[in-house]
Amino acid sequence: MGLSGLDIYKLLPKTNCRECGFATCLAFAMQLAKKAVEIDKCPHLSPEVKSKLEAQALPPIKLVTIGSGDTRLEIGNESVMFRHEEKFYRPAGLGFIIEDSLADSEIKTRVEKINTLKFERVGQLLEVNLVAIRQNKDAQRFRDTVKLVSANTALGLVLMSDDLTALKGGLDILKGRNPLIYHATKNNLSEVAQLAKDFKSPLCVQAQSLEEVSGLTQILANQGVNDLVIETGKKPISEKIWDLTQSRRLALKKSNRSLGYPSLVVVQQDDPYAEVQEAASYISKYAGIVLIRGVEAWQALSLLTLRQNIYTDPQKPLQIEPKLYPIGQVNAKSPVLITTNFSLSYYTVLSEVEASKIPTYIVSVDTEGMSVLTAWAAEKFTPAKITESINKFGVKEAVTHKRLVIPGYVAVMSGELQDESGFEIIVGPKEAAGIPSFLKSFK
Amino acid sequence: MAWELMTEKWSGEVSTVTIGATKEEGGTRSHTLKIGGEKSLPCLFQEGNIPHEPKVAFEIWDIAPLDWPAELMLPYAETLRDPLEWANKCVRDYKAQGLCIRLQGAHPDFGDKSPEEEAKLIRKLLKEVSVPLIILGCGDDAKDNLLLPACSEAAKGERCLIGCAVQDNYKTIATSLLADGHNIIAESPIDINIAKQLNILISDMGLPLERIVMNPTIGALGYGLEYAYSIMERSRLAALSGDKTVASPFICFVAQESWRAKEAKNENSPEQGVIWEALTATALIQAGADLLIMRHPKAIQKVNQYIANLFGGK
Repeated sequence: MGLSGLDIYKLLPKTNCRECGFATCLAFAMQLAKKAVEIDKCPHLSPEVKSKLEAQALPPIKLVTIGSGDTRLEIGNESVMFRHEEKFYRPAGLGFIIEDSLADSEIKTRVEKINTLKFERVGQLLEVNLVAIRQNKDAQRFRDTVKLVSANTALGLVLMSDDLTALKGGLDILKGRNPLIYHATKNNLSEVAQLAKDFKSPLCVQAQSLEEVSGLTQILANQGVNDLVIETGKKPISEKIWDLTQSRRLALKKSNRSLGYPSLVVVQQDDPYAEVQEAASYISKYAGIVLIRGVEAWQALSLLTLRQNIYTDPQKPLQIEPKLYPIGQVNAKSPVLITTNFSLSYYTVLSEVEASKIPTYIVSVDTEGMSVLTAWAAEKFTPAKITESINKFGVKEAVTHKRLVIPGYVAVMSGELQDESGFEIIVGPKEAAGIPSFLKSFK
Repeated sequence: MAWELMTEKWSGEVSTVTIGATKEEGGTRSHTLKIGGEKSLPCLFQEGNIPHEPKVAFEIWDIAPLDWPAELMLPYAETLRDPLEWANKCVRDYKAQGLCIRLQGAHPDFGDKSPEEEAKLIRKLLKEVSVPLIILGCGDDAKDNLLLPACSEAAKGERCLIGCAVQDNYKTIATSLLADGHNIIAESPIDINIAKQLNILISDMGLPLERIVMNPTIGALGYGLEYAYSIMERSRLAALSGDKTVASPFICFVAQESWRAKEAKNENSPEQGVIWEALTATALIQAGADLLIMRHPKAIQKVNQYIANLFGGK
């Protein structure tokens, strides 16, 4: 059970000795409940109470690593049910299932395509994470496929097989790559657990219901197999969301350790659009790993973009450094466009400026990551603020003309900005899409 | 420890709004669209009743759209020039359950059509098709204050959904809709407090909370989707906890936002525009969207299938 500050207080000496640095035991207990302070600060705890409190201090959802090196995927360690409560920390891994029944050439083509699924959006590189190899043939074919795939990608790998010989063969090849073993069920639990132990690999545990999953993970934990990912079997999307919600909730709110692991989902829909929609549902609702089959760029881009949105820190919008950005071969006559330092604003303007092929300066004003209209309403994007930025970033030194282009939505500040900055103010388009034609007619 | 799931017990529920009136109800619609009524979070059927699935309405315009990408114009082709033909195509070919007409041509910059002219169009449209109707103004406050009352009167008794009313401009619109028996769209700029306040202001004028649909102003996938996503989650949690002033169903203008995205306009990948619209809708359904205004028939088909899947699996 999760302990509240008061629950913890009952376990403390209640002497208010202040040796922990807090005025009272109650104050210390409150900080412990928030995990803001170490238990060791209190020197008067019995070993029994201490171990109880230490268990409480462990993250409710275990951090699990799959793969190795730069491409490794880390999932788990989440702390909230809703992103507005804090944030979602570790973006769900997106992986692709490859059947070993495909011809080698087809497998190679797919893996190469998966390797190219990288996109840059608002200053972040969006990447896919895993390739899952699924056994349909004999152990030898599986082993050969693992060899082929692993030789052609640096991504983390998932071995999908119920055949112990095949799994062992795959694991032998993948020493040092830390693949995820998929999966242990009640039928093969001890054998697969032994493999996970021998190869020190993370393991996916599957059962049809969460209750059964919980039973299996407890057995495994007792055997010292802790790097687990959990999965409930094939079921309709809404039931899957129920399972994902329940396991997150029980782990966070009831400190149910047996479900305190990241979840994996295998998408069932065949239609390429429906497949993306199903995967998107799980990315939104708590999945740690989502495996799909489609490898089209439009599928991956839309899912990675959604993942980026959901996992953005709601308290800290994506920002860029406020400064003067020269785009292309600028000179002293290049136009100067003003925008905010909200990543989405800046990169939207940037991509249109690049599309126009006209060398241009972009001034990114420090609006604390707010967009144009929000910042304007919050008085973070004012004539005074803009003037301060222009002076600080050396716009007067960079160009010989005295003209600034401001976003169409803040046309209302033109007069005041003109007086304040001493520049002539030109009102640009409201939407970034209008920038190329605007720049072309701009003399 | 005995095995036990953890179920939330909610005291509140989202209000149910009915769009469209049948003959028995004093209108001429062939059916109605009921939205809202949830006593649980999206998809969590085990914790409370979710009586009505989210609905999709096709967006049409009174004038031929100027800046729609080619991929989006393709399915409608020539019908884009005639709103009645366009409406017919949506209902006949694509089995639209509801239509949302945007009176863009009334905007001073886009033709400045008169309120009388637009009211006449609404009358014709109601004769032409029998699905429930959502009517949107042109977005210019002064013009909408003339335009929407005229259209409200023209559609009297049809229980349309009309908007958008905003914090600085709701009185004229709310008064007309109250008199003519319609529902209102209350728009707030991704702000739960303004949404709440606007709902209170509108209900103070006599239009009950059960006739308000909230527009949380969404962003498209990749373009601020997460802001609306979280505002919708927060406001739905408040509604389920018993706050009636934010317990209105959500309308989301999915297509309007998603087809502005650069990714949606990728001419080398026609699928990308469709998925951009469909995925924006999908994510918002997971945040609690009740009524989605969409454009591309294929994206709409995919979203309707997705909804059927969610509700078939309960």
